[in-house]
Amino acid sequence: MKYLPLIWANLMRRKARTLFTVLSVFIAFMLYAVLGAVNQAFTGGVQLAGADRLVVMNRIGLINSMPINYADRIAKVPGVADVTWQEWVGAYFQDPRQPITGFGVDASSFLEVHQDMHLPPEQSQAWLVDKAGVIIGPVLAKRYGWKVGDHIPLRSNIWRDKQGNSTWDVNIDGIYGGGQEDLLLMHYKYLDDTRAFRNNQVGMFLLKIADPEHAGTIAEQVDGMFANSDAETKTSTEKAFLQSFAAMLGNIGKIVVGIVSAVLFSMLLVTGNTMAQSIRERVSEMAVLKALGFSRRGVALMVLAESLLVTVIGGVLGFAFGAMFAGAIGSKLPFLQGFHTPASSAALAVLLMASLGLLAGLLPATQAMRLQVAAALRRA
Amino acid sequence: MRWLYQLYTVCALNLRNLKGRLDSSVVAVIGFTGVVMVFVAVFAIREGFDDTMRETGSPDVAIVMRGGAGAEVNSVLSVNDAKQVAGAPGITATAGGPLVSDELLVQLSMPKADTGLDANVPFRGVDANAFLVHGKVHIVAGRNFQPGLNEVIVGLRASHEYRGFSLGSTLHSGPYQWAIVGIFDDGGVYSSEVWGDLTIMQAAYRRGSSLESVYAKLTSPDAFQAFKDYLTTNPQLTVSVERETDFYAEQSKNMSSFITGAGTFIAFLMGIGAIFGAINTMYNSVSSRAAEIATLRALGFGRSPVLLSVLVEGMLLGLVGGVIGGALAYVLFNGIETSTLGTNFAQVAFSFRVTPELLTRGTVYALLMGLVGGLLPALRAVRMPIASSLRQL
Repeated sequence: MKYLPLIWANLMRRKARTLFTVLSVFIAFMLYAVLGAVNQAFTGGVQLAGADRLVVMNRIGLINSMPINYADRIAKVPGVADVTWQEWVGAYFQDPRQPITGFGVDASSFLEVHQDMHLPPEQSQAWLVDKAGVIIGPVLAKRYGWKVGDHIPLRSNIWRDKQGNSTWDVNIDGIYGGGQEDLLLMHYKYLDDTRAFRNNQVGMFLLKIADPEHAGTIAEQVDGMFANSDAETKTSTEKAFLQSFAAMLGNIGKIVVGIVSAVLFSMLLVTGNTMAQSIRERVSEMAVLKALGFSRRGVALMVLAESLLVTVIGGVLGFAFGAMFAGAIGSKLPFLQGFHTPASSAALAVLLMASLGLLAGLLPATQAMRLQVAAALRRA
Repeated sequence: MRWLYQLYTVCALNLRNLKGRLDSSVVAVIGFTGVVMVFVAVFAIREGFDDTMRETGSPDVAIVMRGGAGAEVNSVLSVNDAKQVAGAPGITATAGGPLVSDELLVQLSMPKADTGLDANVPFRGVDANAFLVHGKVHIVAGRNFQPGLNEVIVGLRASHEYRGFSLGSTLHSGPYQWAIVGIFDDGGVYSSEVWGDLTIMQAAYRRGSSLESVYAKLTSPDAFQAFKDYLTTNPQLTVSVERETDFYAEQSKNMSSFITGAGTFIAFLMGIGAIFGAINTMYNSVSSRAAEIATLRALGFGRSPVLLSVLVEGMLLGLVGGVIGGALAYVLFNGIETSTLGTNFAQVAFSFRVTPELLTRGTVYALLMGLVGGLLPALRAVRMPIASSLRQL
């Protein structure tokens, strides 16, 4: 610690050079933080998956339906604690190009299965008794400025009511917290009673199971029960289901990792190059330090510390700025929910900063360590 | 003239000495290379996706769906609707009646070849008219399916994207088996689909006689407006009518603007990072040339040739980085097949497309970065006091 002023003085002897090196590291980690948010937005749903939840869909594909009476038969499978179901609404508000993730659900069993979502008790009670009631996530409340008590003409791009209209007037009874934050949940019964077709059919069942260990056997039993029927099922864990969903968007993760690697590799060279230049200019000073009795290791460590200081200052500031930036624009992106830099990115960032600093300083530090005092002093 | 001569001399001298500063120059070049490579690669995704959408369909084909559906998967049309559509003016007439294609769209959940995770494949039920309406669709291997049989043809891109989508194998979907008897291609979106017989599929998926969409081949692209007006003003119908090419162009807009936004942001930030790296390199270059510059100035060379020589060096580094970056992007990414979520909640496959225009833009960007990176060091070069620099000799 007591060498910190010396290290600092070394950095400050060429202010412009240090500044530009710190800035390139800053940019690299800012980009890293923002790309972390992009990745999070595309795959974040997977992290919300409950290990004790299974998804049952029609084996043919997601848009094919299953009869709602499957629910009773599924509930009898040993190990199944709760069953709920949902039907895609194809909802939008005014602008059909801005879809809302809306489902028709069975309210009480839905809340039972989704313990990770919290709804104030009075709102929950209001919703349960309001036929045309919906609850929404905070993201929707923010995007459309909706409040509890608002009446909304919700439109569907799939369903028609028996008069041929596609508008459902709904009341906002509650705003939940936790879980997936951009959902609109209406009563399945309200949707099904009023819609003109596909009645008594649902798109998906969600099961809560007592013991995640038994997920495999329960899935087999459910699928076995409906084998060779008109609507065969495919049961998977919620995680596997969401993973395949995220993968359909494309391999964003791979692209992000590719870009970040390219950026960090460039930064490694820039920082390494700067460190090497800086050491080359200070050969005689190093020799003096060694002559004064600094150990070989001491000199090397000082070089490493200098390089680390550059990457940590630039990295921490850059990451913090990037995360703030992602948070600020996140709420303005309608089709990318959960656009924020995840905490796991921060941990990896610290690791990356440290490795970047150490790698960049490695060669110059070795040079400093191997320096022949007499020869270096003679040159000076 | 004299000025040009000076400029030439200073630049030539500078470049001849570049060898001595090779290591730090290489660092700047690698910085530019990285930026241009990422820039070209990201925009190659957009080019590829847009290209696939542009290649889809033709301007003289109209899609009719239920009003407000937005995508075929949300649409339902009855046989009666389809009859009304067939009666509209402007449709190409054939011996078998007006040239319309009634289509059904089902989604199949199938494992992808690369990840093994399930993804949605559009499975389109068509009759013989479809191949006349969708003129670009042609069989590239095997044969067409036979009406009345559980046979399908798969798109060329779909055949690369999914497990077991090869000629001669069988698709298992719920209780049904579909034999793959042919591979087709259209260079566009349909290449990501599976096509089978409409009547068989309506029975298998219990759709009765309902349809998702009707495609009509018009007598000419100009016949569209009259066709559309006729259907949208018909009180018995609530349908939306769109030109096939416009429909798919519209689909690519969201994706395009997302990639453009994200790509510009990434390229801009990386560019700034690379410029900072280049500034260090160029400062280093200027200070190592201090004596040389001072000598030239003492000999009577002006400030501007010296200034320009530094900028030329920066741009040269940019040019080298830009060319290498573009070449790497071309070799590594051009033609790579990938897919994303497209219309109908299903997968659209496309290839990265590194176009000459992209390569040019990448190189120009690199030149610009080199120029900006050389600016501050160039100013320092002309401001260096001649006397003290000479004393260091």
